[in-house]
Amino acid sequence: MTQYVFRRLLSAIPVLLGVTVITFVLSQLLPGDPARMAAGQFATAEQMEVVRERLGLDRPLWVQYLRYLSRLVRGDLGISFSSQQEVFNELKIFFPATLELTLVAMVLTVIVGVPLGVMTGSGKSPWVNSSVLFLSLVGVGLPVFWAGLVFQLIFAGRLDILPLDGRLGATVTPPPSVTNMYVLDALFAGQWTTLVDAIKHLILPAVTLAIGRIASVARITHAAMIDIMRRDYVRTAQAKGLPRRTVVDKHALKNALLPVVTTIGLQVGFLLGGSILVENIFSWGGIGTYAWIGIFRLDIPAIMGVTLSTTVMFMTINLLTDIAYAFLDPRIAYS
Amino acid sequence: MSAASTAIRSKRPEWRRRFVSAVRNNPIGVVGIVIVLAFFVLAIYPQGFSAYDPEKLSLRDRLVVPSSEHLFGTDQLGMDVFTRVIYGARTTLKVVLVVLAIATGIGFVVGTVAGYFGGWVDEILMRFTDIVIAFPFLILAIAVNAALGRGLVQTMLAVGFSWWPSYARLVRGQVLAVKNEEYVMAAQALGGRNARIMVRHVFRNAMDPVIVRVTLDVGLVALATAGLSFLGLGAQPPTPEWGRMVAEGRDFLLDQWWLSTFPGLALFLVVVGFNLVGMILRDWLDPSAVNR
Repeated sequence: MTQYVFRRLLSAIPVLLGVTVITFVLSQLLPGDPARMAAGQFATAEQMEVVRERLGLDRPLWVQYLRYLSRLVRGDLGISFSSQQEVFNELKIFFPATLELTLVAMVLTVIVGVPLGVMTGSGKSPWVNSSVLFLSLVGVGLPVFWAGLVFQLIFAGRLDILPLDGRLGATVTPPPSVTNMYVLDALFAGQWTTLVDAIKHLILPAVTLAIGRIASVARITHAAMIDIMRRDYVRTAQAKGLPRRTVVDKHALKNALLPVVTTIGLQVGFLLGGSILVENIFSWGGIGTYAWIGIFRLDIPAIMGVTLSTTVMFMTINLLTDIAYAFLDPRIAYS
Repeated sequence: MSAASTAIRSKRPEWRRRFVSAVRNNPIGVVGIVIVLAFFVLAIYPQGFSAYDPEKLSLRDRLVVPSSEHLFGTDQLGMDVFTRVIYGARTTLKVVLVVLAIATGIGFVVGTVAGYFGGWVDEILMRFTDIVIAFPFLILAIAVNAALGRGLVQTMLAVGFSWWPSYARLVRGQVLAVKNEEYVMAAQALGGRNARIMVRHVFRNAMDPVIVRVTLDVGLVALATAGLSFLGLGAQPPTPEWGRMVAEGRDFLLDQWWLSTFPGLALFLVVVGFNLVGMILRDWLDPSAVNR
């Protein structure tokens, strides 16, 4: 097992290097002079030359890449064209908000999607089967950015039961910063009204982000469950006269959940991508909003910073799910 | 449908029998077929359904409430929303076709070459595929799009480039499965040239699962490209594009709800429609995948 974990970690290194090559190449693509972007519109020729030299833009491309790589290793993601601040420092401010949103969406996905799939997949009714399929197709097909607006229109506009956007109400001061995730920080500080307000603000964006994932996980769990319920050992258990509940809980569930674990890792990629759209709609001050401002100004260091940080997070989660999978199913580690 | 009842109808041509059974297995799929057909008709001949110009400003008719004259109302520049939704179908169709052509094109080349030659060629190509897959898809698409600059063409390239790895893996798997079949070895033994063998035999056999995959991907691609346009990267005004229209209607959401609602609804319907059709196609062309 240790060997498997080690091998899996090792195999992530070339992929990570490849990822940095791609972000480096993309940073080079944008038409226009990066020295001009960094030096500002009114820089003189001499100032441009200084910036060019400082940024190493006069060196060959592969030297520039190596410099880029060595900076990355030190946590230097470059300087944002628009704010002139270190991208890394800005990401540190924005990342917790995104983490909070995606974590809640992830939890929703698992606690709603998995049981839904198990419940509907352990029965035999074709009617239930096709409705699950249909609902999951509808859920997956829902455009995130549109669903968010429709929810705003209904729940904030017409019904007025949830806030329109933001992470806290205008009159609420943020809790003392520990994790920068307002729900946790308010909890730590014992500020209950702030906590309730933060949760209220989380509901619409988290649900918007999660809907498609819930549909997808429910569908995959459902299919895995149906597949398992047809297996011989489950049929044997049923033939022994065990109650359905015992058959499902003791015999089917564990095996059905194995493929689901891998899928959940993949859902994180969708959540991170979707959060850029969702944050934009709900004015959620996370890296999605940061990326959006970057897109607006074609601020390549900012966009690549978001790309790299989310990709590293995505890779880490996939690595963890793979390892978890190997623990749950020892056959993997030996193959 | 049970195996026994399927066998009884086996006198009909195989593909037709399978199609009928696929439709029977997914009665709701018929709704999908209707939506998709309607989408194609609107995309190909939008002028038949509206007399308005989708890009003509009419500042006197700004933000008109939906009525018999303007079915979906008008937007902040007085453009007819219904007309723009219909013409949006054409934009979406164009974008989806181009993206999938790029993605399947790269996927086919990479997958076939990797699977057929094996060895270090396979190793290099598949490791490259791993790298592209390591990015969260939408984030990579945004990064590529931002690097290429704003515009619909850039968006198509960005999404296409981010989308091909799944096709490469799929095609490679098919190639590996077919490669050792007797007829391919026979062709090789008869002195067939590598490229020709690949195209003639391997390519053809990998076609069905790819077609199924493409249909299921149409919706996802439409969502992704509309998402990029929503963020301001893709279609630029006044191009009628659903994602862009949803974004433009945002500022008027609470009072002029029709601006964002209808284009989003159209996108939603089309995506669900293609997913439903994909379900039928999968049952039809790739029966081994049923219930998986």
